Amino acid sequence: MFHLVLVNLGRNPLRTLLTLASVTLALFLFCALSGVLDTLQESIKVGSETRLVTRNKVSLIFPMPKSYMQRLQAVDGVKRVAISNWFGGSDPANPRDFFAQFAVDENYIPIYSSDVDIVEWSQLPAGVPAPAGVDPKLAVFETEQTACVVGIKLMEKRGWKLGQQVTVRGTIYPGDWTFTIRGVYKAKKKSFDESSLLFHFSYLEQKGMGGSGQVGIYVLQLADPSRASAVASAIDGMFQTSAPSTRTESEQAFQAGFVSMYGNLPFVLRLVGLAIVFSILLIAANTMMVSMRERTSEFAVLKTLGFTDGAVFGMVVAEAAVITVGGGTIGALAAKFGIEKSGFNMLGFLPSMTVYWSTVFVGIGIALVIGAVSGLIPALQASRLRIVDALRRVE
Amino acid sequence: MAWIEVSDLRKVYQRDQQQIPVLDGLSLKIEEGEFVALMGPSGSGKTTLLNLIGGIDSPTSGDISVAGTNIARLSGAELARWRSNTIGYIFQLYNLMPVLTALQNVELPLLLHKMNGAERRKRATFALELVGLGDRLGHYPRQLSGGQEQRVAIARALVSDPKVLLADEPTGDLDRKSGEEVLQLLERLNTEFKKTIVMVTHDPHAAESADRMVHLDKGVLSA
Repeated sequence: MFHLVLVNLGRNPLRTLLTLASVTLALFLFCALSGVLDTLQESIKVGSETRLVTRNKVSLIFPMPKSYMQRLQAVDGVKRVAISNWFGGSDPANPRDFFAQFAVDENYIPIYSSDVDIVEWSQLPAGVPAPAGVDPKLAVFETEQTACVVGIKLMEKRGWKLGQQVTVRGTIYPGDWTFTIRGVYKAKKKSFDESSLLFHFSYLEQKGMGGSGQVGIYVLQLADPSRASAVASAIDGMFQTSAPSTRTESEQAFQAGFVSMYGNLPFVLRLVGLAIVFSILLIAANTMMVSMRERTSEFAVLKTLGFTDGAVFGMVVAEAAVITVGGGTIGALAAKFGIEKSGFNMLGFLPSMTVYWSTVFVGIGIALVIGAVSGLIPALQASRLRIVDALRRVE
Repeated sequence: MAWIEVSDLRKVYQRDQQQIPVLDGLSLKIEEGEFVALMGPSGSGKTTLLNLIGGIDSPTSGDISVAGTNIARLSGAELARWRSNTIGYIFQLYNLMPVLTALQNVELPLLLHKMNGAERRKRATFALELVGLGDRLGHYPRQLSGGQEQRVAIARALVSDPKVLLADEPTGDLDRKSGEEVLQLLERLNTEFKKTIVMVTHDPHAAESADRMVHLDKGVLSA
């Protein structure tokens, strides 16, 4: 019987292919949009509740004095303070293929040691000891001004090798900046970004800032995470009368605020996703109706041969389901593997996009429902068909 | 009891507010192994009678007994099962599935019987050989002549070994030579395989192939 369903799908291959392609595209878009939503959500979750971020109270885009560093370090409950500064450069060979670069100080990577591992690193020459208090894996990085540490996904995507020199053209800080890759980091959590390039803030300060004494944000590691709120209040209170004053919040809240800069993007994405699903439902239903109308007399013949109303109903629904589930599965898997392989990360502002298996299965489930619903009316019509009416022979 | 027995059969079609009587208290008996031609002018009710005997339409009143089953009292699903076991139907316009080969078309009725693929193919091949199309198994309907298509349709009708073959103008769309071949085939099925055949036809020459002619006019039997 299933053979009959497949044969019927092949009777108008172009129509079947076009319908399959439309369902494929729709489910690809649906899963891709869901992937964006999931990634946005995950980028918030990845921020720690136990780390604080201090930024310029007016806006993230305005810098803060480097001199705040010592005062922050002195706040009770702060264990370690690191500097992070957005660089915003691009690859001169391929300016559109963007990746994030941050200038960070020596405290930055140690603060994130619970989230990332250094999986590849350059070795110090034999007999040269690592500087005191420095992770041996980062020893070369820390002692070389133009060194950088790169996320493993960015390494793979660009085909970079450890020890290789890479050039980034500055947009905020003009000029070509050449870095030597001295370390590769890998995230311990899937949602943590693995596509950034980190280099020394001291290098940026010296070459790009002309010793202006400005920094982007401060990342604070706390001695006692349960005191995060009190520490944040103490910091902002301390700088209340300073210019600029600060805004201190948990890293998670900082990320959420960052995501909110996209506006009500999640709502729009959900709306677009639903519109796509609904429109594809109408297309599939219309195709099935046309297909069924063309075969009215064939259904009558099948019933004359002894096929029951239920069998005819099942055949029509199965045809719709094969198209939608087939197309849906292709689309959902294409979104999963295509988008993940592309490493798309919203211009470096988010971790690389991930389409979760749960999203893929939801997509296939939706395709199945579309198949059932789009096939329902034509299947009912076919099953309720009166043989003599369909044969149009009344003597 | 006759093999096919129709008693006081009435069929009235409803068109908007108007009632159109097609069969009006018709009674008829056909014995097992008989070949009967139903004749009459257009609108006389002969196709309606054939459809009622085949269980693809339901009477307004009266009884229809075929091979011992009163089909007027069967539900839709029961009728479908009964048709697949009892009736082979031959249409004027063959009504083959264009996307299926001759062999696959003939296999169709066997999908409703518990049978593996090999057995289905064996029986369908036998039926096609019986109608002289053993060399056309893989041909699609568009690759066959009208006469060959009708012979495939006959093979499809007889493949599940039904007790009764019903043919609605089986030669109506064929040239004389092809029509003759189809009639000879029906005669052979009747004489050699003892199939009870009821055939609707306008053509007196075609009706001569039958053992008996039954004339209908305005929904009743005429002399």
